[in-house]
Amino acid sequence: MDFHLSKEQEMVRKMYREFAETEVKPLAEEIDEEERFPMETVEKMAKLGMMGIYFPKEYGGAGGDVLSYAMCVEELAKVCGTTAVIVSAHTSLCCAPIFEHGTEEQKKKYLPDLLSGKKIGAFGLTEPNAGTDASGQQTTAVKNENGDWVLNGSKCFITNGTVAETFVVFAMTDKKLGNHGISAFIVEKSFPGFSTGKHEKKMGIRGSSTCDLIFEDCIVPKENLLGQEGKGFKIAMMTLDGGRIGIAAQALGLGEGAINEAVKYTQERVQFKKRLSQFQNTQFQLADMHTRMQAAQYLVYAAAMKKQNHESYSMDAAMAKLFAAESASDVTRRAVQLFGGYGYTREYPVERMMRDAKITEIYEGTSEVQRMVIAKYMGVK
Amino acid sequence: MSTFNSSDVAAFKGGVWVFCEQRQGTMMPTSFELISEGRKLADELDTKLYGILLGDGIEGIAKELGGYGADGVYVCDHPLLKNYTTDGYTKVICDVIAEYKPEIMLIGATNIGRDLGPRCAARLHTGLCADCTHLDVEMSIYKDFLKENSTLAPERIEATSHAMVLGEKHDVSRDLKMTRPAFGGHLMASIICPRFRPAMATVRPGVMKKAAFDQAKADACEIIKPNFELTEADMQTEVVEVVKAAKKLVDLIGADVVVSVGRGISKDVEGGIKLAEELAEVLGGVVGGSRATIDSGWLSADHQVGQTGKTVHPKIYVALGISGAIQHKAGMQDSECIIAVNKNDTAPIFEIADYGICGDLFKVTPLLIEAIKAAKAAK
Amino acid sequence: MKIIVCVKQVPDTSGKVAVNPDGTLNRASMAAITNPDDLNAVEAALVLKEQTGAELIVVSMGPPPAEGMLREVMARGVDRAILVSAREFGGSDTYATSQILAAAIDKIGVEKDDIVMCGRQAIDGDTAQVGPQIAEKLGLPQVSYAAEITKEGDTITVKRMLEDGYMTIKVKTPCLITCIKELNTPRYMSVGGIYECYSKPYEIFDYNTLKDHPFIDKDTIGLSGSPTNILTSFTPPQKGAGMMLEGADKATCEQLAGILAKKHMI
Repeated sequence: MDFHLSKEQEMVRKMYREFAETEVKPLAEEIDEEERFPMETVEKMAKLGMMGIYFPKEYGGAGGDVLSYAMCVEELAKVCGTTAVIVSAHTSLCCAPIFEHGTEEQKKKYLPDLLSGKKIGAFGLTEPNAGTDASGQQTTAVKNENGDWVLNGSKCFITNGTVAETFVVFAMTDKKLGNHGISAFIVEKSFPGFSTGKHEKKMGIRGSSTCDLIFEDCIVPKENLLGQEGKGFKIAMMTLDGGRIGIAAQALGLGEGAINEAVKYTQERVQFKKRLSQFQNTQFQLADMHTRMQAAQYLVYAAAMKKQNHESYSMDAAMAKLFAAESASDVTRRAVQLFGGYGYTREYPVERMMRDAKITEIYEGTSEVQRMVIAKYMGVK
Repeated sequence: MSTFNSSDVAAFKGGVWVFCEQRQGTMMPTSFELISEGRKLADELDTKLYGILLGDGIEGIAKELGGYGADGVYVCDHPLLKNYTTDGYTKVICDVIAEYKPEIMLIGATNIGRDLGPRCAARLHTGLCADCTHLDVEMSIYKDFLKENSTLAPERIEATSHAMVLGEKHDVSRDLKMTRPAFGGHLMASIICPRFRPAMATVRPGVMKKAAFDQAKADACEIIKPNFELTEADMQTEVVEVVKAAKKLVDLIGADVVVSVGRGISKDVEGGIKLAEELAEVLGGVVGGSRATIDSGWLSADHQVGQTGKTVHPKIYVALGISGAIQHKAGMQDSECIIAVNKNDTAPIFEIADYGICGDLFKVTPLLIEAIKAAKAAK
Repeated sequence: MKIIVCVKQVPDTSGKVAVNPDGTLNRASMAAITNPDDLNAVEAALVLKEQTGAELIVVSMGPPPAEGMLREVMARGVDRAILVSAREFGGSDTYATSQILAAAIDKIGVEKDDIVMCGRQAIDGDTAQVGPQIAEKLGLPQVSYAAEITKEGDTITVKRMLEDGYMTIKVKTPCLITCIKELNTPRYMSVGGIYECYSKPYEIFDYNTLKDHPFIDKDTIGLSGSPTNILTSFTPPQKGAGMMLEGADKATCEQLAGILAKKHMI
């Protein structure tokens, strides 16, 4: 196994790191506090190709690879969980399914604006009554006399919801067929009958926009069916496989970011006339935290490289997300503990990282779903 | 210039020269500093000290240089020399140097001096040492300087009497030892120019001490008007306008008291600067800032103290919320009295502070202002 | 039209700087970065390239690992890079360095419409000498400390900063301009640029490439061609620690004010 990054990957990581430190970190506290979507950061990332990292240049992408995308989300999450998930949801949940399942016309129509970051993308699968059990879709799509689709229903907890202009949305086209009756659509914000609903107030990633999508006789042209009719559930599952790499990278970055803060703080803070870092408890805690995140990094990078090489990676992505998310929650919580009272205040970023980390155990498949996926691939029935 | 040979070291008997920079007919303060320093070097070499002054209608300001130690001033007066241009000034200076052959040429390391110096050195084919902070000729004085200002072992200080030049042992006793900071002030280096003349140095403004003015010496100062040729054809650049900064620039270098702020004011930038201004007012000083405050746009660049900013040596230097990175220390560590307020008791600024207070600058500064007001009132 | 930008790889002196016991810099312990002012020059050149379609070439003198830095500069949009690198060039002071770079730039060729750009100074030596000395050797007019650059036809107008204001200077191409940080904010590398930069043209000018150039002679390059010599280098001693006052309250401040009054400092 080659554990070395290519020269380009080393260079792109350096760029992400500089960008994150200079442009993203100074805003992290403010956008969390004010629950504000950092549009100015998205515009800057767009210019640098960060909204279409691993897609070919012919569609307006940057021509990078999946690992360099994962590293981008990781580096952003080290300083700001919100900014990381904006890139992750846009890339993995909207650009990727259009690129992987779209017709040439759909790709030419939608990808240039998405990949150049002119437009933000989102993904509508979850419904109030179809969360982990995504097969229970209640949104319906019915063909009208023109052959176009009429969507009715609503989606919830949609990341990038209020700011996105292009959505990949799932709806039941044939209830009788269950999973095989679900189809995927590309929906534009401007389509008649489409609206966004209530903005969620969240525990973490508070700068990220999360809202409901509402379809009231929303007309979607027939050419906007994504993939074949009835293949929506498969597209959703494949999309989530890729999305898990992004969320795993976000969790990874959050954990690493908390470690960076804790290392710095424990070397400054003096108690009992010694720096905190001189106590064996601190050293052991930090050693454990670092080891966990390093292990998570190997899992995340391995999944990304398998996706890049078109190998089967569903199980790898599930393991990466499961382990990275649970590690991030553990590590950020321990970081707060090392900071003591200061860690609990908003004066320091670790409490925000702890709040941000929790969601990585929940969205794009809870940790329990990841375990189901892993067990299935192990052949355990 | 055609017969000029910079490697004929023995031929350079023209004394020590100082480029005396003037802007709009006003002498730059650094010219007086350099004349004062040049006097010391000329005495050590037992030679004469001359200023060289370029401009248009500037003869009247030449004699004042004598009051600080110049034996004479070469005055090059010409309409085309009204404003500084690289081409015009380089040509005239190089031609006059070729004629009179000074041994040493000092130039103030201003934005103009640092444009002019390298161009002249390249044309004359000689060595130039940039932005010097200390100059010596006399070996015993140089060694004393090293003893006091370096961590060099005694045998290494002794070994500076000679240098290996092109594989041969060279006695440096008549060479100008030009000392300057490098690598952001982490390292000092002494440079010599053993094989070519004039040995050239640009010298950091504000570092050399201005001598006391002596009117009798000023009156005795000789004015020399060298021949030179300069025509429009020599000028490749055109100065369209010269604009003095509209806002009053902070005179950090000349200030007796500097109150500087650093990253520590980040939680309330305006409030922090206001406190510094109040303290500066009570102490009769000006406000400066660390590089972080300038890079963040909290203060304009003319406030910057440090390696890339200004070097100050006020009577009192107050550092509020400045950690004391080595770049900052390089610009203020020679202050007579350093007072540091920082909430981190391990901040490096405390290593050089005469008086340190470990606390929140937003709490300490108002108390300090009151205490100083009270102490002044009690006098 | 071409724009040739000189860049240098330098140790990052803004972080921890380690000095060897013999008073030399421990370069191995420090991160290597592109000299900050040089990035301002690159940015200015990129802006001019966007306006004029000029070809943009960077030149650097240094050891072979400087390739990484040159690739990074190409990832920002520079078209090609040349590394001037040879044992014979080692030990050069600013005079000899500018001699070698001038030869390299002359070999690339400076034509009527071309511009040479440099950063004002490098953070390792802080000399600000190499730019003007290249200009002198190539016989080009120079404008240093550029804080604004505009180009109209063959005339370039530069806002040249002084300590107490600025000059507006007009100069015709070809010319050399040195850039300061007030000029612009350097762009980041882009993802697309990074994935392209290793396929862009990259050349090494070694001793053999340049040895026949009239500027290149043992009396003008390397240690033997350097007019200056380092007599010694040393670290300054730490100023002795002063006194930490107890507490941070009213009494502490009164104590300090008392000391200052006693010493007649206030």
